[in-house]
This record gives sequence, C-alpha cells and structure tokens, in this order.
Amino acid sequence: MFLDLFLSLRNAKVPVSLREYLTLLEAVSKGVAGFSVEDFYYLSRSVLVKDERNLDKFDRVFGQVFKGVVTEAGSLEEFIAQIPEQWLRAMAEKLLSPEEMAEIQGAGGFEELMERLRQRLAEQNEEHHGGNKWIGTAGTSPFGAYGYNPAGIRIGQATNRHNRATKVWDRRDFKNLDDNLELGTRNFRMALRRLRKFAREGAATELDLDATITGTARAGGWLDVHMRPERHNKIKVLLLLDVGGSMDPHIRVCEELFSAARSEFKHLEHYYFHNCPYGHLWRDNARRWDDRVPTWEVLNTYPPDWKLVIVGDASMSPWEISTPGAAVEEWNEESGAEWMRRLLDHWPAAVWLNPSPPRHWQWTESIAMLHEQMAGRMYPMTLEGLDQAMRELNRGSAGLAPPR
Amino acid sequence: MSKFTGTESYIATPDLMVAVNAALTLERPLLIKGEPGTGKTVLAQEVAKALGRPLISWHIKSTTKAQQGLYEYDAVARLRDSQLGDPRVHDIGNYIVKGKLWQAFEAETTPILLIDEIDKADIEFPNDLLLELDRMEFHVYETRQVVKAAKRPLVIITSNNEKELPDAFLRRCFFHYIRFPDRDTMAQIVEVHYPGIKPALLQQALAVFFDVREVPGLKKKPSTSELLDWIKLLVSEDLSPDELRAGDTKNLIPKLHGALLKNEQDVHLFERLAFMNRRGN
Repeated sequence: MFLDLFLSLRNAKVPVSLREYLTLLEAVSKGVAGFSVEDFYYLSRSVLVKDERNLDKFDRVFGQVFKGVVTEAGSLEEFIAQIPEQWLRAMAEKLLSPEEMAEIQGAGGFEELMERLRQRLAEQNEEHHGGNKWIGTAGTSPFGAYGYNPAGIRIGQATNRHNRATKVWDRRDFKNLDDNLELGTRNFRMALRRLRKFAREGAATELDLDATITGTARAGGWLDVHMRPERHNKIKVLLLLDVGGSMDPHIRVCEELFSAARSEFKHLEHYYFHNCPYGHLWRDNARRWDDRVPTWEVLNTYPPDWKLVIVGDASMSPWEISTPGAAVEEWNEESGAEWMRRLLDHWPAAVWLNPSPPRHWQWTESIAMLHEQMAGRMYPMTLEGLDQAMRELNRGSAGLAPPR
Repeated sequence: MSKFTGTESYIATPDLMVAVNAALTLERPLLIKGEPGTGKTVLAQEVAKALGRPLISWHIKSTTKAQQGLYEYDAVARLRDSQLGDPRVHDIGNYIVKGKLWQAFEAETTPILLIDEIDKADIEFPNDLLLELDRMEFHVYETRQVVKAAKRPLVIITSNNEKELPDAFLRRCFFHYIRFPDRDTMAQIVEVHYPGIKPALLQQALAVFFDVREVPGLKKKPSTSELLDWIKLLVSEDLSPDELRAGDTKNLIPKLHGALLKNEQDVHLFERLAFMNRRGN
C-alpha cells in the first residue's frame, strides 16, 4: 500500500528515493505515526517531501492514492481486508459507543466487531447525503481519509473541528509554493546566482592564511607570508530582450529579470530586438530607430565565452523566422533562422527564456521552430525554468569545445 | 522515550509534533523551513526545554566552514609556543579546539544540536557534513583519533531558503515546513506570550494584522514575531480596541505600525492606500 504512494510520488515527479521509503517503513514500524491516518499523513510528508515546492504535489498524490484503494478494491469487505487491524480497532472505538463495545467484547470478539463496524459504515454511507451527525463523528476515521465517501466528508468542512483532520491534504495549503509560479526579483536573483563562477584573478592582495601557515611550518618556523588575488565573479552575460507587440503582457516579469540580472552580474550587456533577432539590435528602446547597432558588430564585440540569454515569447508568424524579408519592422536580407544560427554558433552557451506558459508552446508554430533551433534550450520563465536554464549555461561552457 | 508535545510558551501544530517525534525516534536530523519569524530557531530551544536536554547552537554565517563544527587546529598558537619554548607544544592535542559537533557528540546527556540558518553558508557546506551527521562520527587527522557520539543527539537544522540544499543531504533529513499560523493558532500563540490580554484587543489586533498581511504588494509581510512585538507595544501603551478600530476607518495605517512594517516602501504603500481611501470617503 505504501509502495503505491511511493511510486505515484515518483510519477508525479516528487524526488523520492529508496532511502526515504525505507525510512518511512522504519518510522511506521517504530510506531511514530500511531494509529491515526492524520499522523501517518504528517509523518510521510515529513519523510518523503524535502522541499516546500513539492508539498502541493504530495497532497494531491496522497489524496489520489488513498482514494484509489477504495475504487480498485470495489467492495467494502475487500477494502477492510487491506487496512491494518489496529486502525480498524481504533476506528471502531471511535464509531461505536462504549456500551456497544462492551457488548461486543462479551459476545464475539474481533469478527463481531468487524460485522458491527460494517453495518455502521453501510448505514453511514446511506446517511451521508443527508449530511447529519455521522459525517462529523467519523471525521478522523481512516475511511474518511481514504476517501471512502469523499462527497460526504466534504460537507461542512470549514466549521467542524473533527472534519478538519480528514481533509488536511485536500485543502492543498501549499499550492502557492509550487515552483511553476511567476517570480519576484529576489527569487530571480537566487536563481541567477547559480551562474556565478568565482575565480581568482589580478593582483595578489589578500593574505592566504592556510598557505602561510603551511609555508611557515615547512620553513621550520620562519614566517613565510603568502598572498593571493581576491575572488571575483567572472561570468559575463549578454542579454537579448524581445520588446513590443506580443511581449507587452510580460513586461513586468522581464523588468524583474532585468533588474535582478543587473545587480547579480558585473559583466552584463543587453540589447533589444523585436520578435526575432535580425541584422540590427538596439540598446535604448526610445531611440530604437536612430541608434541601432548592426548585429555583426555585437557578434564581433563579445567573445564566445560570454553567455547568451535571449528573452522573448517567440510568438510570431512562422515566415518571420524562415523567410528573408518577412520581418515586421525592417527589410531583412537574411532570414531570422539564419541570424539565430549565427548567434548560436558564436556563443555556444545560450538559452532562450520564454515567458509564455509551456503548455501553449506546442500550439504556436514559431515557438516550436525556435525551440528546435535552440536544440531544446528554451525554458519557461519560472523559478524552475530559470534554474534549469542556468544549469544548462554552466554545463554548456564546460561541455562544448571552444568554437573557431 | 519522552515525546514532544509543545510547551507552555510554544504552540506546536500536530504536524510539527509528528515531525519532531519522528526525528527523535529515528535519530535523524530534522530540517525546518518556513517564512522568517515563524519560530524556526525558537523550536530548538523549546524542544530542549520540553525534553529537559541541553541545547548546543551553532549559528552559521557565510564564512562558516564545515570543519569548524568538528574541530579546529590552532596552528598559530602552537607556532608561538614553539618559539617561546613552551613544553605544551609537544602534545598536538593541546591545540585542537573542539567544535559544536564534537561538543554535542561528547555531551553526557544527549543534547539538542541546533544548526541555525544552514543556507547562509557556502553551497558545499551541507555536503561536507553528510557523513558526520549520518554516522555521528568523524576522524581527527592531527591526533589520529575517532570521535563518535555515544548517544546520537537530535539535530535540528533551520533554513531560510536562500540556497537550495543538496539532494544527498535532504535524503538524510526529516523535513518540516512551518506554515504561517491561521487565526486560531495565532490567538493561542499570543495568549501564551501575553496571558490575560484583553480578548477584545486581541481580536481587533489580529483582525488588523491579518488585514495588513492581505494587502497586495507588500515587500515584507509581517510575521509572528512582528505581531508579538506589536502587541507588546499595544499592551504597554494601553490602547483600547476602539482606538485600533478607529485607526481602521480614518486612515489605513495601523497604530504603532513601526513594529509591523519594516520597509520604507511598505509604509509608503500604506500611506498611498490611506490617501486613496480618504478620498473615496
């Protein structure tokens, strides 16, 4: 039963490993969870989820898995057979009055107890739709948690204290923490920080204490001072931003990315383009007509060790990429695809950040085209996407041979 | 083994109790995350108090190295002693300074070890502590000695999410995310800190507080610790609930807002909202 949970979590891309699963089993066998499903939910959450961004996924999977047990099993008997005996007993104590318990103890023991429980549950099932006291009292029973009758349990959730227990995961409190949301500047900066690469360059101005001590010890006590240069972030980033037209709804998020990048990288240069880079780029949006820079000049200015980050929604007519002369704002002798190829050849470490949601990508032909041209290095502008993009940039610099 | 169920001065939610008890039972580290000011660091102190165990806290800074938690070799002192001809110099053990982890491993009663704000340190920091936290032992190179915990201490680690922690490290921990308390829990928390506070004042203060948190576009939402400070001010100024309420309609800025809003822009935002509100009336 726990294995189902484990596998479903893996399917839902919650990173759980065998180690966590074994820990969960160990904890359960040591009785940490007691016999309440709520505790089991808390325990498994604490063992299996290590990042608050995955809590919402976990809640969803937990709800599904333990609902699934009932639908697959079909009848009530089969379902009861799947639940550990202790839980059943604990539940019986909750459902049956003390007098009834005593009577059962006298009469027939466990079988009798189960029989009575079954009747009671069947009864409860029928009365669920009326929404009377049964629903409230069964709030903490595993049946409720397993979604034996989800429709019934949800009645009056907000007010009834007992019901609160069953639907902890149904509330999905952690929805906001999912990492597919848009970002603020600070989050951007944290993600961009991945790209930092420190190197010691320049004049030796800092005392290297460790080397001094080792050197002194080696020299038999004669002071041997070692100096070293300061650490600097030596990453250089070239940022190309799409402006105007279809990018208007994304202005805010682009501004945030830009200001985050500004404060994060010492070597940052930016240029604007419209829809797709062609023969000209510009620095200042207000003077885009009279202060344009030929793309060739940009290509020749920044050497291949710069990282290229293109930000744009890549949504346009497919001809604007494939055909010469189809650009909306200028007469382009060469197609957008040709220019893209040039940029990518020159800067092997490159990514495209796309603020439009990935689920729309496959419906827009131009996005698919650019995605292909970027060799899959197009990422959504979410925390997760940015994170992947930065990883890719780091990898790209190490993995590829220096170009021409 | 005794179980943690919260203390007189700390309200623990059921999920937090399960997480702490799981970490206690299985002797694994417990990683605590959550909004700033939701009581992550205080948790360790309260667990120590509740279980009657000593607390050893290790506060992490950006310059902290994992090695410092184990031990440090004071080479400079030894060098000085050697030049002064001090006889102590012959025993290298005299120059090994024990770190917090060592102290925790050696302690007579099993302590609680708090590793505070682990995300402040270098990215590699958690990885460097993997084996030490897993096996609760380490090797002292200088003295050829193995330090091993007789009883495994409960390790509580807090993080503010400034850096991602490595997967291998996370796999070895229990994890708990302290959610922002809801209104009922918040009322309990305030009650615990200021017993006998006037219910009307508490109600009103909480209403204002949660309203402030709802305001869109705040840079730093006020959290539990700010609320407690603010209520302390309210109590010491002896404001009546009516005065608080009056503050609500006339201008939006709550009384003594300095305790709640820590950011100039946020105060400006409030002033703007208040201005618009007044014009609307």
